[in-house]
Amino acid sequence: MSARLIWRKTLNATMLSLTGVCVLITVSVLFFILGYLVYNGGKDLSWNFFTRLPAPVGESGGGMANAIVGSLKLLLLAALFGVPIGLLGGVYLAEFGGRTIPFLVRYTADLLNGVPSIVIGIFAYALVVMPMHHFSTLAGGVALAIMVIPTVLRNTESFLRAVPSALREGSFALGANKWKMIATVVLPAASRGILTGVLLALARVAGETAPLLFTAFGNRYWSPGWLQPTSSLPVIIYTYATGPYEDWHRQAWAAGLVLLALVLVTNILVRTFLSRGTSYERS
Amino acid sequence: MATTPNAATPADLAWSPRALLRRLRGADEIAHLITFIAAATLLLITVLLVYQLWVLSAEARTKFGWHFFVTRTWDPVAGQFGALPFIYGTLVTSAVALVLAVPLGVGGAIFLAELAPPGLSSSLTFVSDLLAAVPSVIYGLLGVFLLVPVMRTTIQPFLKRTLGFLPLFQGPAYGIGFLTAGIVLAIMIVPFVLSVSREVLLAVPRDQREAALALGATKWESTWKVVVPAARIGIFGSVFLALARALGETMAVTMVIGNNPRISPSLFSPGYSIAAVLANEFSEATGNLYLSALIELGLVLFLLTFVLNGLARLLIVITTARGSGVLPT
Repeated sequence: MSARLIWRKTLNATMLSLTGVCVLITVSVLFFILGYLVYNGGKDLSWNFFTRLPAPVGESGGGMANAIVGSLKLLLLAALFGVPIGLLGGVYLAEFGGRTIPFLVRYTADLLNGVPSIVIGIFAYALVVMPMHHFSTLAGGVALAIMVIPTVLRNTESFLRAVPSALREGSFALGANKWKMIATVVLPAASRGILTGVLLALARVAGETAPLLFTAFGNRYWSPGWLQPTSSLPVIIYTYATGPYEDWHRQAWAAGLVLLALVLVTNILVRTFLSRGTSYERS
Repeated sequence: MATTPNAATPADLAWSPRALLRRLRGADEIAHLITFIAAATLLLITVLLVYQLWVLSAEARTKFGWHFFVTRTWDPVAGQFGALPFIYGTLVTSAVALVLAVPLGVGGAIFLAELAPPGLSSSLTFVSDLLAAVPSVIYGLLGVFLLVPVMRTTIQPFLKRTLGFLPLFQGPAYGIGFLTAGIVLAIMIVPFVLSVSREVLLAVPRDQREAALALGATKWESTWKVVVPAARIGIFGSVFLALARALGETMAVTMVIGNNPRISPSLFSPGYSIAAVLANEFSEATGNLYLSALIELGLVLFLLTFVLNGLARLLIVITTARGSGVLPT
């Protein structure tokens, strides 16, 4: 073998194994994060963590019951405002739209999806907090809903488009009109994909901190109703991690573990069970 | 008076099938209208977002004009607001992140698209997608308690010893600062570079690889000299997409950058970014000028990511469309 060939073969082997190393590094980060959180947060998870309010500042003990409930309430609002708009908008793009408006909506959805979450926070502040003059669960829910809409809309559209046109024609041939065709044939056929998109979008905003900082703010107590500031898991992790107390740091780890587990489990379950094909493909 | 009975008569005559049909078509119109309103809501939200940012930042814009972008002082008490330290911090941390993340992401994408068997490739991509789903506050948590001490005791002293002649790696090792924020950002954006680049590489037609191999190229040569150049524009697209993410990333950066509005050539120095100052000061801002200066920072961030995202999508669309044969090459 000439020296040139040996060089080429060595280069080949080196560079190809380096690309493997790149993947290894990237992928191992996830397992590292997971392992470190379980190690650090696992020992501070207790029944109290889920059922108690935070202890007074400076004292140890207490839990995060109000933050967990707060996060759930925020997610409920995000789903309530965001999902219907995203879903119906997606139906419009796939089934009704002409050319110009769908193009505009699609482009805008991608744009809105890329807006930094902290800017969405400013917008929700201007929209809800400024007129009401105080922070509230409602404002946080609006901020999260604005982040849910573009994802659900684009996802719904693409799954509706994947439904074969034979199904549409079949239902027209049986005399159904358009809305009936959409409601009873197309939407059910695409339902698994749409549900996947909705759940993934909610899992994403469940971990968002930045848009909540000056909308839902924070609260060391229960937040009754929808118009009071509320605590939430991501915000309390931030507050506790950057706070001065050792006990806060330990609770931040525990809360981090709960949040990460929630997000990852949702992602894994949804991606493995729901998104594997759509229902019309099985028949 | 006379027209009403006349108009009613034909409808009465053909009452059953035709009127029913008309009513059903009416239902279609209603469905059309409702879904259109939903789609229009999205447009309305976006327009309102831009409008609010523009109007609420008016006070700072008229008071400081273009000087806002070149002034270094940020003194809420004296009413002096300059965005330069924040813009500097945002750009420096994002640049560090790109330098680290692009080779890692593109290299990984090459492995997944060219070498790994399909099963392995898709399960590794799955893991990478999960990584993209990890909330940013979790990265911040690990950054604060794990990376910052390691940076202070090991990495920064090491860089000082080996590369200390460069102004980039001088000054005291605090642990927090531009470099640490850049590293956390890099870890966060690698999954985006990886998965988008992989898709772009997979869109390059098989013939091109086979032609290169048939000419006697090694696997690496066919990948690096044929496939990667063919996918180049799309890879740039994935980099812009990742850059847009890095610029707007808030929590992880806020927790490790040091939150000090300083402009220093050293990467070890604590700094500040646009998103971080918004996270820290927005809810405590007193006075309209202060608030409007912060909102102007938000506007700057919005415009930056808007331009980058637009560019990225255009580039990705161009390459994937070309690769799949939709556009002529």
